[in-house]
Amino acid sequence: MIGYLLRRLLYAFPLLLGINVLTFILFFVVNTPDDMARMHLGQKHVTPESVEKWKRERGYDLPLFWNAKAGGTEKVTGTIFYQKSLGLFLFRFGRSDDGRDIGADIGQRMWPSLAIAVPSLLVGLLVDISVALLLVFFRLTYLEFWGVALCVAAMSVSTLFYIIGGQYLVGKLLQLTPISGYDTGLNAWRFVALPVLIGIVAGVGSGARWYRTLFLEEVEKDYVRTARAKGLPEPRVLFAHVLRNALIPILTGVVVVLPLLFTGSLITESFFAIPGLGSYTIDAINQQDFAIVRSMVFLGSVLYILGLLLTDISYTLVDPRVRLG
Amino acid sequence: MPTFFSTDILFFLLLLGLAGLIFHMSRREHLRRPWRKVARSPSAMVSLVILLVFLGIAVLDSIRFHPAENGGGNGGARYRSEPVTLLDAWLGPIRARVEKTYSAPLSAYSYAKEMIRQPDGGEVWDYPRLKYGGAHLADPARERPGDVVRIGAQGLGEGLLAWLVPVTAWLAWLGWQERSGFAARFGSIVRGESDVPWRTIGLTLLIICLAGGMVGELGPKYHVLGTDKVGEDVFYQSLKSVRTGLLIGTLTTFATLPLALVFGILAGYFRGWVDDGIQYLYTTLNSVPGVLLIAAAMLVMQSYMARHENEFASLALRADFRLLALCLILGLTSWTGLCRLLRAETLKLRELEYVQAAKALGVREGMILLRHILPNLFHLVLISVALDFSSLVLAEAVLSYINIGVDPTMESWGNMINSARLEMARDPVVWWSLAAAFLFMFALVLPANLFADAVRDAFDPRRGE
Repeated sequence: MIGYLLRRLLYAFPLLLGINVLTFILFFVVNTPDDMARMHLGQKHVTPESVEKWKRERGYDLPLFWNAKAGGTEKVTGTIFYQKSLGLFLFRFGRSDDGRDIGADIGQRMWPSLAIAVPSLLVGLLVDISVALLLVFFRLTYLEFWGVALCVAAMSVSTLFYIIGGQYLVGKLLQLTPISGYDTGLNAWRFVALPVLIGIVAGVGSGARWYRTLFLEEVEKDYVRTARAKGLPEPRVLFAHVLRNALIPILTGVVVVLPLLFTGSLITESFFAIPGLGSYTIDAINQQDFAIVRSMVFLGSVLYILGLLLTDISYTLVDPRVRLG
Repeated sequence: MPTFFSTDILFFLLLLGLAGLIFHMSRREHLRRPWRKVARSPSAMVSLVILLVFLGIAVLDSIRFHPAENGGGNGGARYRSEPVTLLDAWLGPIRARVEKTYSAPLSAYSYAKEMIRQPDGGEVWDYPRLKYGGAHLADPARERPGDVVRIGAQGLGEGLLAWLVPVTAWLAWLGWQERSGFAARFGSIVRGESDVPWRTIGLTLLIICLAGGMVGELGPKYHVLGTDKVGEDVFYQSLKSVRTGLLIGTLTTFATLPLALVFGILAGYFRGWVDDGIQYLYTTLNSVPGVLLIAAAMLVMQSYMARHENEFASLALRADFRLLALCLILGLTSWTGLCRLLRAETLKLRELEYVQAAKALGVREGMILLRHILPNLFHLVLISVALDFSSLVLAEAVLSYINIGVDPTMESWGNMINSARLEMARDPVVWWSLAAAFLFMFALVLPANLFADAVRDAFDPRRGE
């Protein structure tokens, strides 16, 4: 087990390096620091001096890969690749283009993201699985047919509709919760409730349908027939036996996204003006702040790889037949 | 004088490929059988009819020409520089009628009050009449409901007529084909017992014709779905957005398919270091969260366009280039899923007897891949393309919201939502732009989902007959 984990961690290294190089190429080679400077300073009427100044202030005035002018190890370390890209491995995110410390921003902004994402995921999972089990329970009836039809209709609606409609209905017409915003401490729940609710409603269509197919595959199996044959009531068969055995595919989907909860949901956070990492990223995209986008891409990838690893470990916990090694 | 944008050309290439594919499939029994299963499903056929209507709109909107300039008196024909599409020309009366600002659907008055100069010289603070919407009415408050009903009924009648003519012609042709069994055939269609659900298809067409007739009659006299902030007709915008949505859902395959097919087959067939390399490539790409990768690529693309501003002759060309880039970027970020599926399937196929036999007989490897592996991956590709379509259409709206979608000047449902969402705070609420965009998206995505489900059920060998 330990050996397996070590191997997996080592395997993550070339992956992260690949991502690093990919983002580096996207942000520094295809799109040179000169372009970045011009984009920020305005396209026209910009002097070479001001471009140079902008680059020097942000440390972009170095060669990309190889600094021939410097001596010794400076040849490698005095480059943009070393200073801007490799630092990400140590979670040194550096400063954003307007001079704020990205690492501190991330540390501060991840809490609102988590406050939205964790309840959305947990309650959403509960709702999705319950609906799916109910659909399976009523299989081959009209109730199932219309339930599935409703699910397909629900997943054909744009997420934006749920958000805008929910804000209008709950926030404006019924005035149950504030439309958007955030507060610190326990007062935050009033602001969290609506995004969580909308997140659940928006996800239930595709979620329930997905879990339903999982459960349907499971109910065909022999152990289910045995359980029924020995006289167990159907609810017990479904909720005890089938649910337990369907845990592996459920976990595959859920554990992968666990670490990504940190980075939050781009759309939800931005619509509800929640100061989390999702809205941070969107603001960065809108202001074309490449330093932040690069950091978030890297952070997201690290978390995703972590998620894959967690998935494998969780298999051994729910299914004793799985042995890693 | 016709002209083509790059997306138009690719779109027609795609349609050509589709036609070729249909021809190819229609000659092979093992491919016809699953399609017959699709054809027997009422929900799939209803969806197909609706999708074909959308496709028709998109095709009309992809044929462009430079219209002749009016009053270009001195002999030689002069053309306007901005091309218009067939759809624009067809909807000309709706397109040109731009009001000052918002107006509610079918309204004769503007949304905002303003100072109106009275004929006697005084001024009142009231809702002004619209320049075009309901302009033919003398007293809108009294006449409008009756007028709308009358014109609507006329439109319904025309729609019914437009439906009856081809249906009667088709029935007549059917009667001429099988003279003796016609009564039985007709009866089975009317009772809904025919193999292909013709009755359902006919009813769908009827509804579309009726709605089309009604809108067609009301459209030139009113604004059926209201007008937006700068007074453009919302219905016209929604129709124009059809092409954008469809292109994003389909052109993406130009990037996805070659990458997924080539890499998937090579990795599965050759294994070893080729497999390792390709697996590394797609795991790396997969690890980057999708939206962020798209955002990063679009940012880079935007700064490329900013640098090469002079190369785009017009705003429309620029928007078109951006649409194409968006499709390709979406494709570049979404080929990994299909690639993994294809690799796994190829791994299975290469061990089968017929492939081994081909190898033993000395068939060249390229030939094995083309003749023996590729055709047997077809169902995976088809299912995956069909399933991806709807999520791509939905993704466009979200991406446009973060400003990394299509060009802001291009009509798209995402842009409509984006520009209208702040208006929910107004009182009374300006709901029509949002409602129209969501309604059209839903009308495209729901059939796409249903059709994709039917295709998957028919082609997936794991789902039994």
